[in-house]
Amino acid sequence: MFEVYDLSFMWSLSNITQTINSWLNQTFSPTWALIFEMVIVGICVISLFAILGLVLVLMERKVSAWMQIRLGPNRVGPKGMLQSFADTLKLLVKEGLTPNGADKFLFNLAPFIAMIVAMLLMAPIAFARDFKMWDMNIGVLYVTAVSSISVISILMAGWASNNKYSLMGAMRSGAQIVSYELSAGLAILSIVVLTGSLNLNDIIQSQANGWWIFKGHIPVLISFVIFIIAVTAETNRAPFDLAEAESELTAGFHTEYSGMKFALFFLAEYVNVFIVCAIGATLFLGGWMPFHIGNWQGFNHIMDYIPSSIWFFGKTFFLIFLIMWFRWTFPRLRIDQLLNLEWKYLLPISMFNIILVTAMAILGWHF
Amino acid sequence: MVEEIGTTTEGDLIINVGPQHPATHGVLHLVITLNGETVKKVEPHLGYIHRSIEKMCESLTYRQFIYVTSRMDYLSSHINNHGCALCVEKGLQIEVPARAQVIRVIMDELTRIASHELWWGAMAMDIGAFTPFFHAFRERESINDIMEETCGARLTMNYMVPGGVMIDIHPNFQKKVKDFIAFYRTKMNESDELLTGNIIFQNRMKGVGLLSKEDAISFGCTGPTARGSGLNCDIRKLYPYEIYNSVTFEEVLETSGDSLARYMVRLREIKQSINIIEQLIDNIPEGDFQAKTKAVLKLPKGEFYSRVETARGEFGVYIVSEGGTTPYRIKFRSPGFANLSALDHMARGSKLGDLVAMMGTLDLVIPDIDR
Repeated sequence: MFEVYDLSFMWSLSNITQTINSWLNQTFSPTWALIFEMVIVGICVISLFAILGLVLVLMERKVSAWMQIRLGPNRVGPKGMLQSFADTLKLLVKEGLTPNGADKFLFNLAPFIAMIVAMLLMAPIAFARDFKMWDMNIGVLYVTAVSSISVISILMAGWASNNKYSLMGAMRSGAQIVSYELSAGLAILSIVVLTGSLNLNDIIQSQANGWWIFKGHIPVLISFVIFIIAVTAETNRAPFDLAEAESELTAGFHTEYSGMKFALFFLAEYVNVFIVCAIGATLFLGGWMPFHIGNWQGFNHIMDYIPSSIWFFGKTFFLIFLIMWFRWTFPRLRIDQLLNLEWKYLLPISMFNIILVTAMAILGWHF
Repeated sequence: MVEEIGTTTEGDLIINVGPQHPATHGVLHLVITLNGETVKKVEPHLGYIHRSIEKMCESLTYRQFIYVTSRMDYLSSHINNHGCALCVEKGLQIEVPARAQVIRVIMDELTRIASHELWWGAMAMDIGAFTPFFHAFRERESINDIMEETCGARLTMNYMVPGGVMIDIHPNFQKKVKDFIAFYRTKMNESDELLTGNIIFQNRMKGVGLLSKEDAISFGCTGPTARGSGLNCDIRKLYPYEIYNSVTFEEVLETSGDSLARYMVRLREIKQSINIIEQLIDNIPEGDFQAKTKAVLKLPKGEFYSRVETARGEFGVYIVSEGGTTPYRIKFRSPGFANLSALDHMARGSKLGDLVAMMGTLDLVIPDIDR
């Protein structure tokens, strides 16, 4: 006879976090325990930021090499795995120049704002079952609000550089991010309408019996496609990389940056890609929820045995691969075509779509 | 604080694209007046890679000066050499052996394919697609390998000499060319899959950079740039040299005159070049690869002109001889210079991104413009 175990707490990382929490609270006063917890979380975020940057840069180079019939980095470390470390080391020891005539304060501040925004965005993301930094009840709102700040760093960098290419790149980027935020917001809103919650944890829990992309019929599928297009534009990735269009503006808003200041922009871009893909995976693909098919008990149990963090990172990296795929196969849009696409096509479609989703949610037509 | 410098009195922005800029593929310097994103004026500044090749040629003998011309339009160096050799042969009335003529034409067409391939990759890069560049280079590499085996060089071949070609073809030549064509046919639709059929690409190219037939004539445009506007200007058809009148190929024409037309002309020209090579590769006649010429060439007193169709358009060689061993005066008509002059006319009123795409479709080689 089989004994069916309750697998809901399998692979949960809450045991570890709770052990640390109770140990700190027993040893120190509650204030100090909180401060130590904050320090631990801070160190975790910074290391995750660095590791993600390195991994994603290497992944991008390998994916692009694969698409461009070449090998990619293969000299430093086994199969070129340490190439990113070597590059980072190079950027760390490089001189950070500030051009003549630049607004020094804003010029040096901009990369840090870009980095801080990317770090702040990590707070509400659930990396695994019961493993997140801050379980806030307005997670979705927080993400949309904080991600809008990133445009300030780009505008700041473009303005303060005293370079016409930088300024044009920044203005393009400003127009682009402000426009595409609307579509991204509406696409996110469709999931909020269906779940009735702004809490990312609730949204993941609501997908226990199926991911929204499967449960929500065609309207959610449309939302998902619009979301992917909009976040590609928001993170300034090709085919929407007008802010740093190499052939037109040399490097756009970060033309004048060098050394670690450039690296911060570079890392922030990749971490932003990771975050938007993580949000996409959380909202549409069930976050760390394993893949279940209806009543196939055996299959579902096997899926449950895969750790939740693997589910989360697998989905996220699939979306990242998708975005990299866009970058290496599509030509770049022109600025007027970019804004046309948003204001004439994506925005009306998402507005109509949100009505459909609302009707579906009220009538309970989703699974 | 940020100063307002580099603006016109109307408040338009003046930016310098080049001489070091990823879009100019060399040291071209464009001074662009911009109103927001809209281009108001484009002013090309030349001379950054001027090596006074024409003046240098005046102190080189008729055998030597041909080698310098490889450095002008380095992507069709075979065809440049060919034009110069033709002009010298015209002056000396040398009869080129049939074998040499066929080899020359095959080499010209291989060069044309290589040049168009590189243009395809570089132009894709101008509009933001990176991957085509590497795919284009894979094909170009196999042509370079063929060239290397026969001519000993991969870029500046210096294969054409007055009276024929320098050395006979390598024994592997015919097999390698046939292998290349078979390989190329399998990869031909890749360009359509990767770029031509893409909706973003189509939107970027269609109706952009319009150049009417009349404008193409008045700016002196030639080659695929003018043929995209429907102008019959293929020298291989109009003034056939070597054996071009005995091979069948069609002059590729598009009538819309936009960036997409110029793009399609070049892609279709590759197919025509393959067509020509296929007709000739099995029929290389036996015989000498070089006519018997004197050790020291002396052109009779007079003026001589010959023209050939390079990958970029009409390349003309004009030699004034005083009867000595070196030319008295020499002038090259380079296609890139005339094509570049149309850029301002085409680009006015378009967006900055389109200017870069237009420059891509003109297929500029800067050493060819500056000489």
